[in-house]
Amino acid sequence: MAADAIRVNLPATPAELSSLVAGQAVLLSGVVFTARDATHERIAAELKRTGELPFGLVGATLFYAGPTPAAAGRAVGSVGPTTAKRMDAWTPELLSAGITAMIGKGARSEAVRRACAETGAVYFAAVGGTAALLATHVRSAETIAWPELGTEALMRMEFDEFPAFVAIDATGADVYAFAPAEWKKVRP
Amino acid sequence: MPGAETIAAVVEAAVAQVAVTLRPDVLSAMRAAIDTERSERGRAVLQQLLDNAAIAARDVVPLCQDTGTVWVWVELGVEEHPPHGLQAAVDSAVASAYRENGLRMSVVRDALFDRTNTGDNTPVFLDVTLRPGTGATVHVMLKGGGSDNASMVAMLDPSAGEDGIAETVLRAVEAKASGACPPLIVGVGVGGTFDSVGKLAKKALLRPIDELSADPRLRAFEARLLDAVNASGIGPAALGGTTTALGVRVVSAPCHIAALPVAVNLGCSAMRSLTVEVG
Repeated sequence: MAADAIRVNLPATPAELSSLVAGQAVLLSGVVFTARDATHERIAAELKRTGELPFGLVGATLFYAGPTPAAAGRAVGSVGPTTAKRMDAWTPELLSAGITAMIGKGARSEAVRRACAETGAVYFAAVGGTAALLATHVRSAETIAWPELGTEALMRMEFDEFPAFVAIDATGADVYAFAPAEWKKVRP
Repeated sequence: MPGAETIAAVVEAAVAQVAVTLRPDVLSAMRAAIDTERSERGRAVLQQLLDNAAIAARDVVPLCQDTGTVWVWVELGVEEHPPHGLQAAVDSAVASAYRENGLRMSVVRDALFDRTNTGDNTPVFLDVTLRPGTGATVHVMLKGGGSDNASMVAMLDPSAGEDGIAETVLRAVEAKASGACPPLIVGVGVGGTFDSVGKLAKKALLRPIDELSADPRLRAFEARLLDAVNASGIGPAALGGTTTALGVRVVSAPCHIAALPVAVNLGCSAMRSLTVEVG
């Protein structure tokens, strides 16, 4: 990771996230909650039923990931980001309900980009395919709900300098839109 | 004679190996790319991928948490008897390999009506075809969901030609690369029929990217596609750069006079496959 990576403690408020700029390298420390497709469906159903996010997720960071079992003396064997766009359908309402940051990989919908700008939430991208490395930055992992979903259960994880990049910042700037345009037609 | 149990044992060992070890040709290409990548962010991503490969091999943990669906393709020598009970034997081998090696179970029972996890990463997606001679060639691929989702089939008009194919490949990469974990291996199938062209693209991913095609036309076309994909600017992890793909592999086949089927199947930076000859 670049020496100039910015340290970010999670969970973070929109005010604390507001200085981050899309494209910056970051090291994330603190608490996140894993949630994939099936988990999102259940969180959204709870939100609809009760009017609020379950399990104290207000102000939390969601990590789009489903780990492999514990191994090599670590809380999880391997864990890395899954494709974020599959969560796009639920994301605007979850941001409105209090989620302040997300970690995944890949481009998001225009609705998600706008929702980041409106709520001050930030979308971080971790590098897909680096799950063995990323697992060395996960201090603990504990299933909070829905264990029957297997790898898709809601888990609480504690990060220690987990490497990522700011993909969509709180102004709605999107690295997946501007970075490829900067490098288009440039040859190695 | 390669019986079901022999093939199953090969599959079980292959799954354990490829889940934690980056393919040698991919590792070499990634090491070379870190010297040619122009974007600093791109180089940082490539360095993370190289560090990841070293940690996975050292600690014997999966390269990627998505340890995929398992595709097994057995090319059986025509002089052999068809192995009895092959599906059951490879299913049992894969269930055992996933359980014993701490790999992730990522298969649901039915795509439409029952999306509950099968719990043992079976069934194996199994193909058996015939080839000349004796013995069997066993190909094993673990395919992640993110990269397999980033795939497409297009039925072009024959007049579209090489330009049309190149445009289709570039369109697929630009639309879908960001979720497919670049730098990619791009598998391209051309020809066959609607149903078989996707398999051609998947077979293309098996060919090592440091192995030049014997056919000079194919070699030139693959080089042209690689240049076009890398000029997209998508870069490592789709965060911008000059290394969007490490290789492009094309397999072509006969087809109908009216047809030009094209399939693109993206392989991720942790492209996992192994080919084993069984005597």
